[in-house]
Amino acid sequence: MFKTLTMTVNGAEVSIPVDERESLVDTLRNRLGLTSVKKGCEVGECGACTVLVDGEAIDSCIYLSVWAEGRRILTVEGLKSPTGELDPIQQAFIDEAATQCGFCTPGIIMSAVEIVGTGKRYSREELRKLISGHLCRCTGYESILNAMERIVEETYKRVGK
Amino acid sequence: MFDIESLYQATGIQDAIRALQADERAMIISGGSDVLIQCREGRLAGCSLVSIHGIPELMGIEQAADGTVTIRAATSFSHIANHEIIRRTVPMLGDAVDQVGGPQIRNIGTIGGNVCNGVTSADSASSLWALNATLELHSASGVRQVPIRDFYTGAGKTVRRRDEVLVALHIQKKDYDGFGGCYLKYGKRNAMEIATLGCAAMVRLTEDRRHVADLRLAYGVAGPTPLRCVNTEDAARGMKTDEALLLHVAAGAVAEVNPRTSWRASKEFRLQLVSELAKRAVRQATLNAGGELDV
Repeated sequence: MFKTLTMTVNGAEVSIPVDERESLVDTLRNRLGLTSVKKGCEVGECGACTVLVDGEAIDSCIYLSVWAEGRRILTVEGLKSPTGELDPIQQAFIDEAATQCGFCTPGIIMSAVEIVGTGKRYSREELRKLISGHLCRCTGYESILNAMERIVEETYKRVGK
Repeated sequence: MFDIESLYQATGIQDAIRALQADERAMIISGGSDVLIQCREGRLAGCSLVSIHGIPELMGIEQAADGTVTIRAATSFSHIANHEIIRRTVPMLGDAVDQVGGPQIRNIGTIGGNVCNGVTSADSASSLWALNATLELHSASGVRQVPIRDFYTGAGKTVRRRDEVLVALHIQKKDYDGFGGCYLKYGKRNAMEIATLGCAAMVRLTEDRRHVADLRLAYGVAGPTPLRCVNTEDAARGMKTDEALLLHVAAGAVAEVNPRTSWRASKEFRLQLVSELAKRAVRQATLNAGGELDV
């Protein structure tokens, strides 16, 4: 059965019909064209489909679209500035060469948005745990952790908590 | 698209109970991190779901005037792990739920779902057993409070009826006050892993801090349901906190558990873990209770 779903996606309110059996990753990709949200394992293990719902990172492959009613969704498409510049988190991933094939990157960046948003300082070991819901088969994670450390440190220096 | 026959989003507890009664095939979905995967695998293909996701009266943590800690059933693991009341009263439970899956799963998975699945490997279950949690179940015929020791009836089975909603879990002050606790999970990886064995230990010390006033030892995956080693616990009371205590809990636990061989690990390996984790968890719980160990 179709339902009208109203939610805020990347700052803009959208109202669209969705099938109540649909996962949020399908709604975001197929109905809204937000293809930064990747479909990987589809069972909540690889983290490629990670988006923020009301500021919290979730696997959108195991999240029913109807649950997003009235909520705020953020994907990588919502990170760029009004003038089109990259978010500092994206820039840190480029500077540290933290991306190879790129399939896991949007998901990890969204987790990074949640982590960096706390304004806290994290050790490398803590960061390792905080990105453990993502699989990357290229980098061996070291460059990703370098990027995370860099942006967490920069943010802490600015807004430190 | 998930293979779901029908989905009803309940607006509150009473509405969920009504919807469960109206459709005798309907089952509850909360966080979805187990149910949706089983829909996809086909095990629950064609199911009718009543969603209790996001119902405000099912979320949150409170502490009553008498010290009782109440965790509402649809509270997510991440909200429990870092909650001020949990850190102050039952940090062992916070540490346990912080080891479920990965961060995204902990943002969606709920403690009520973890318990109602009835699985022995649930990370919260052994801690909740050690804490003597009481489960508050609501249905059309009223409210009942079920002690966790009466909740599990077998692998994946509980006393919760299909049309009953687990609303909250309660932990009384006498079950956490003065205790030091420790939950240890053994898995092949540090994240995104189901426990090969889980062990929760709690220790309360006598005034001299050298003897055991009370001790609790609970396991997950050491039998078809989570379990407590009550004989070992009884015999440990009054014992000095030294190596003999650790050897006692290790040997006692092995005699009280009933693990099986699965693709994850053999029975023999699980027994080895039962013994080793008992020592490590009781030692850490003793230290967390402010004691010392003459080892």
